[in-house]
Amino acid sequence: MADDVDDADEVLLDRLQRAAFDYFPQTTNPRNGLVADNSRADVPVSIAVVGFALSAYPIAVERGWIERAEAIQPILSALRFFRDSDQSGGPTATGFKGFYYHFLDIDSGVRVWRSELSMVDTALLMAGMLTASAYFDASSPDETELRELVDFLYRRVDWRWAQDGADTIRQGWKPECGFLHYGWEGYSEAILLYVLALGSPTHAIAADCYKQWTLTYQWENLYDIDCLYAGPLFIHHFSHAWIDFRELRDKFMREKCSDYFRNSRSAAYIQREYARRNPREFAGYDENCWGLSACDGPSDELPGVVNKRRRLYGYAARSVPYGPDDGTLSAPSVLASLPFAPEIVMPALRGVLARYPEVLPEGRLSSGFNPTLADSDGRAWVSPGHYGLDQGIVVMMIENHRSESCWRLMRANPYIRAGLLAAGFRGGWLEQEMRGAR
Amino acid sequence: MPQDIVPAIGPPRAAYERERAANTRPVGWHNPDSSGRYDLAVIGAGPAGIAAAKAAAGRGARVALIERNAIGGINLHFGSVPSKTLIRTARSYADMRDARNFGARVPDAIDVDFAAAMQRVRRVRARLSRDDSAQRLAAVGIDVYFGEAFFLTSDTLDVDGAKVHFRRALIATGARPHMPRIPGLAEAGCLTDETIFDLSELPRRLLVIGGGPLGCEQAQAFCRLGAQTTIVQNKPLFLDQEERDAAQILSESLSRDGVNVRLNTTALAVRVADGVKLVDLVSADYYNTIGVDAILAGAGRTPNIEGLNLSAMGIDCDIDRGIHVDDFLRTGNARIYAAGDVCLQHSYVDTAVASARLAVHNALFRGRQRWSSVVIPHCTYTDPEIAQVGLSVREANRRGIPVKTFAIPMHEVDRAVADSETAGFVKVHVSARSDRILGATVVARHAGDMINEITLAIVAGIGLRTLARVLHAYPTQAEAIRLAADAYNRTRLTAEIRARLRRRMDRQWSREKT
Repeated sequence: MADDVDDADEVLLDRLQRAAFDYFPQTTNPRNGLVADNSRADVPVSIAVVGFALSAYPIAVERGWIERAEAIQPILSALRFFRDSDQSGGPTATGFKGFYYHFLDIDSGVRVWRSELSMVDTALLMAGMLTASAYFDASSPDETELRELVDFLYRRVDWRWAQDGADTIRQGWKPECGFLHYGWEGYSEAILLYVLALGSPTHAIAADCYKQWTLTYQWENLYDIDCLYAGPLFIHHFSHAWIDFRELRDKFMREKCSDYFRNSRSAAYIQREYARRNPREFAGYDENCWGLSACDGPSDELPGVVNKRRRLYGYAARSVPYGPDDGTLSAPSVLASLPFAPEIVMPALRGVLARYPEVLPEGRLSSGFNPTLADSDGRAWVSPGHYGLDQGIVVMMIENHRSESCWRLMRANPYIRAGLLAAGFRGGWLEQEMRGAR
Repeated sequence: MPQDIVPAIGPPRAAYERERAANTRPVGWHNPDSSGRYDLAVIGAGPAGIAAAKAAAGRGARVALIERNAIGGINLHFGSVPSKTLIRTARSYADMRDARNFGARVPDAIDVDFAAAMQRVRRVRARLSRDDSAQRLAAVGIDVYFGEAFFLTSDTLDVDGAKVHFRRALIATGARPHMPRIPGLAEAGCLTDETIFDLSELPRRLLVIGGGPLGCEQAQAFCRLGAQTTIVQNKPLFLDQEERDAAQILSESLSRDGVNVRLNTTALAVRVADGVKLVDLVSADYYNTIGVDAILAGAGRTPNIEGLNLSAMGIDCDIDRGIHVDDFLRTGNARIYAAGDVCLQHSYVDTAVASARLAVHNALFRGRQRWSSVVIPHCTYTDPEIAQVGLSVREANRRGIPVKTFAIPMHEVDRAVADSETAGFVKVHVSARSDRILGATVVARHAGDMINEITLAIVAGIGLRTLARVLHAYPTQAEAIRLAADAYNRTRLTAEIRARLRRRMDRQWSREKT
């Protein structure tokens, strides 16, 4: 795969990947291993970002950016923190039933912003833990403790409880009002959640649960491209950062003669087609400038004002082709498509960096930029600071493109394999390794 | 002068209302002589009842049509007609504000004349009431009765004391708006889609409870007419029968118009202080109170099943489902059928009319037409409109039918671009590896008109391959449907087929050389 990228590209990718990784040591509280949601002042921890951090350290060790013994310390701190955290589910606890609140205080680790107990963000955290556990496989006391903690924390998650007796997993829960009824409608980033929930040796959900979710899928032909449709680009990345979906097929993909890897490739091409058409006539959009996804953008929201016509959406999931689209693009989401479609990602990346160098403050990709809202010097509006989710997905996807190491680590994980098999996945590495096992 | 232009000084409000009353509930009307036996007695003169009576009379049947209030039913007096009339006015104001989008200048001042809008509603209503006036129905041979009816026996009705004998009866009593049970709502006063068209002044602040079709339509219309509007919906998306993209486009459109959209939100209680209606809302764990001048509860319908003496006739019914009917629209009593809102889930005029015709056919001619085989389109008249017909993808998946969707965003359609009406899409769902159309969703400014072509295709068994051969006038927005058919055709041009076509051309050129 890396053949599509020349040496200059390799240098650029290495630089961007290193810069993205550096986000984590810079924003981690060393005492508890918790990582800030973004680089602005006084922000809380996002548990999903912790998951990405835990996945990024093994990469950094392999790349020689950090010593193995040094890398393990923030991971151990985080795992110990989660083990000892308040699991009572109270309004100021850290978690409940093995799940965690979406946002935590970076010093005390307790819930902030009255955030929800988040199923999908806990899944991202767990995926990070399992990655670290797969990588740190030495018999030293630290690495042994790390693996034992991960196993304990994963087994503690009560996925079945999160079903709340329904056909699919609930998205969230709050002590103030119980389960949130947001529902899973259509394809989303939740495959990872379902795989982890199906692979649990302690609290697995029924296989039917995954099937019920896939019943809401829509297989669409859009701009002459067949795709399991979902508008924002990150949906086509988040599960794929950990799971190598090449040639892996569940019932739905068998029927469509496709797989989730090829689908993410199609999604990138649909994004490019949309930007080339640029139906809302925003500045900058073209076939080398795309990437509508969840990201930070400009906002015209006024505090306390509700009945106002809005054009700008702040931090929001932007979507192709039906919107929302306010002219804001996410450069990290483009880069995260690298393993799937390097032949269109590299020109887009180079195009954006050449035209809008301001998207790279401190050498690291900002969350969103909006060329329509350029300043008097023609510089695009750029989201201040950096977001952990963006940096995490960039580190992992560049690595998957360069060495497939995140995928390889997770292939070896028995829970992931059990979950994929329970969801009905066959083929690809799953089959090869099964054959190998026999 | 075009007919539709309002005279500068129109007839006073009362004149339109007098005309409508004279057409729909004439003063001094004498009920016909009820001796003899009717082939069909129809209870309720709404869209279903009128359609049934006309269909039966047209086939030579002797028909009684009984109405307790006024002819036309909810449709003419309260529902579709006045609401669509008002929506048209609201759309005009939205276009004025959005004039720049159409390359026109935004007027300096856009003052909404609410009284004029409501006057137009009354004028249109009066105009349409002529078509099915009591006099005209009588003229086509229908015996029109005004009065309360109930069943005495399986072949006799009581209409205000007179006995009306029949061989078959059809219950088409319709449904009325359902008031949600919210403490304090009844005391505070609440508009329904029956009473909202009686407003003479635009409420400054309006709360709409319920995000179904009626709630969304009215929230957008009143917002565009200048009311500060909030809509609460206790589900994650509006229109929970529709697909995700349609509901999301609608949410975005409402927000863009300035409607305060509150999804996953429940209205808990209402109280009045200083003339302001204070409504407590909760979204998950977030509680707040908003003050409004009027509340519209658009949610739900209650079937009119009371006072008919149904259980004595062996007819099952309940307040949720209304009258229970089989697939032939027959009730538990073999002589008695039902049609329209009183027995159907979908509360649409076209559905009511179709069910009435089917019931008449089955009742009078021992027909075996099945309601489940009728293809029912429906449309929500927001901007953009949201229309749907046939199977949804979710339903097809549930039934194990592999389905593929051909999606054409409206920004791919030249006419939509020319009209600056690019929000929306046409999605045609076909049975996988075939061109058989299972259903479709259209979101577009004129989706209601566009869906008809797809309904025709489904009913007539026309697939996408044939639709691709149907020339569509250029440029029209309905071309989106042909673009979907073209997209389907391109998927048939596999590498193998292209290679075969190449070989054929090569053979032909080599023959021409010799």
